Amino acid sequence: MIKFRLEKHSSPYWVRIIIPFAAILVTFLITSIILMVSHVNPIEAFYYFLVEPLSAKASLIEVLVKSTPLFLTGVAVSLAFASGYWNIGAEGQLIAGATAGAGIGMIVQGVSQWVGIPIMIIGGFLAGALWALLPAILKVKLSVDEIVTTLLMNYVILYLVSFLLNGPWKTTTNPGWPQSPEISLSTTFVKLIPKTRLHIGFVIALVIILVVWFLLTKTKLGYQMRASGIGRQAAYFTGINVNRTILISALLSGGIAGIAGAAEVGGIHYHLIEALSGGLGYTGIIIATLSALNPLAVIPSALFFGLIETGARSVSRALGTPIHLGGIVEGMLLLIILGAFLFQEYRIRRVKK
Amino acid sequence: MTDNSVMIIIVGLIAATLRVSTPLILGTIGELFCEKSGVLNLGIEGTMVIGAFIGFTVADATGSLWTGILVSILAGIIAGLLMSIMTVWLGVNQHVSGLGITLFLSAIASYGYRLVYGEPTTPPTLDGFSVVSILPDNLLVSRITNQYLLTYIALLLIPIIWFIVNKTRIGLWIRAVGENPEAVDAAGVNVYWTRTIALMIGGGFMALAGSFLSLAQLGAYTYGMIAGRGWVCIALIIFANWQPSRILWGAFLFGGASALQLRLQSLGIKVPYELFLSLPYLVTIAALALAGRSVTSPSSMLKPYRRE
Repeated sequence: MIKFRLEKHSSPYWVRIIIPFAAILVTFLITSIILMVSHVNPIEAFYYFLVEPLSAKASLIEVLVKSTPLFLTGVAVSLAFASGYWNIGAEGQLIAGATAGAGIGMIVQGVSQWVGIPIMIIGGFLAGALWALLPAILKVKLSVDEIVTTLLMNYVILYLVSFLLNGPWKTTTNPGWPQSPEISLSTTFVKLIPKTRLHIGFVIALVIILVVWFLLTKTKLGYQMRASGIGRQAAYFTGINVNRTILISALLSGGIAGIAGAAEVGGIHYHLIEALSGGLGYTGIIIATLSALNPLAVIPSALFFGLIETGARSVSRALGTPIHLGGIVEGMLLLIILGAFLFQEYRIRRVKK
Repeated sequence: MTDNSVMIIIVGLIAATLRVSTPLILGTIGELFCEKSGVLNLGIEGTMVIGAFIGFTVADATGSLWTGILVSILAGIIAGLLMSIMTVWLGVNQHVSGLGITLFLSAIASYGYRLVYGEPTTPPTLDGFSVVSILPDNLLVSRITNQYLLTYIALLLIPIIWFIVNKTRIGLWIRAVGENPEAVDAAGVNVYWTRTIALMIGGGFMALAGSFLSLAQLGAYTYGMIAGRGWVCIALIIFANWQPSRILWGAFLFGGASALQLRLQSLGIKVPYELFLSLPYLVTIAALALAGRSVTSPSSMLKPYRRE
């Protein structure tokens, strides 16, 4: 029994590192069955999925491009979940940030990009926080379940975007696929590598991850957030203003997701479209879970999901499989990780006995 | 406007409310079973999506709408089983498991759709269920009573489910494992299996809700056709305070808001239709805020049970 206990205290780091890899392996084994059902050779598919995107410079950069918003939604969800606030609304908050970005891009002109880009980021943050405000207030004031309200807000913003694109922001550029007017040069995000889609949002996202990590682990507010996340009542009895802590966490989470949206408009699309996100906020939930809500672990997790998103396109191009293979892998991976994390916990439990 | 045209509008509104409420009633009944047993099933949205897809594809391939419905219910039962493996047998976080199942099943449906139908420019349609006429068509009220058989079934289900949940042994067990699993276990009832069965029944109803949409209400399958109706059901169950008898009012509220926005659009009122479309979601949020603190969820909800 004592021997087991030692193992429990010395091994978590190894286990924690192995578990995500084991989960990924199991996911791809099960995906093989789906591939074989759709008459695709799994080995060939996995080559295009995981290896091909990393083998050329252009597609490698594309992985980083796809990871950029995922860094932000992943860390946004981690921050909220770590505080015990189930923000499922990163999707809507991202779109709110994108909408603000498109609006700012139409207004702010004739200034340096070093003025325009910060305005985009602040605007995206405020819009995302605003979209997170109603569910957060209902939560702390009336104890209304935030899961349902944040989810429903994701649909409301889609109709708002649809209204803007078919009304005040209507353009004739691309009939059938409505889009807003192009943003100004002042608000266009600077490229990190010329002639690629990799923009400064990538660096901004990494900085934000470091800031959130510092906030959660090194500050009093972060301590209060984690305490509220572990047990609301216990935190309350130690004198923490739990409602205030959760409100701040919810708004920060929404704001960070909003920056992701503004960066997608400023760095990738240069206008607002209805299908701007397509699930980046929901993928953020998977990334947060894969990272065990650790902001620093969001970096490798989001890079991996950037690879999956790029890889799904690469498989689709090469073998003609539906692009939704990426979604299947992501959803299955989430379920398997949940099970795998438990396996670690369960072994510890049995040791205790 | 004459009295008669006002009547026609009101009658049309009631008829549309009943139709739009049907999938919400079915989905909420499904969620009721899960939550009464102590499991919040956020897999509802994905289960409705896969139900709509399987129902449509099977009906399209076999030419039999009822075969589509049955296979769709079967798929929902399997989805419920998957949810039970995660939350009952492994006992992992219910929020994230449910979302994972929704993401997974939605992706499976989209993948399957592309495999079966490719990339059509217009979504595939079929001749869905037709309405049943109970009263002669020349009566104004017949516009209300001309509904799909499944709408009548959904309405009839509410007293039946009330009876099952409150008056039968299986209903007692399901409620008991959601309130006090330790005591039920001590009384010799298997908590794990009771919850598993509740989730499987629930999944069946959720998939039925989805296939009603694709085989009756719309007669078509498109991406994103469920459009958050599963989440609305999660809200309705809170609004109904977990009472089967109160499901109807919440469903009529959302269904009524949806029907009203359709009517207002058709009346040509000069307000952007997108704002009308978001109305039902906002009404649901407002209803949740009003229900506020007065609701009480089953006391063991979200708590995995582990036998000592």
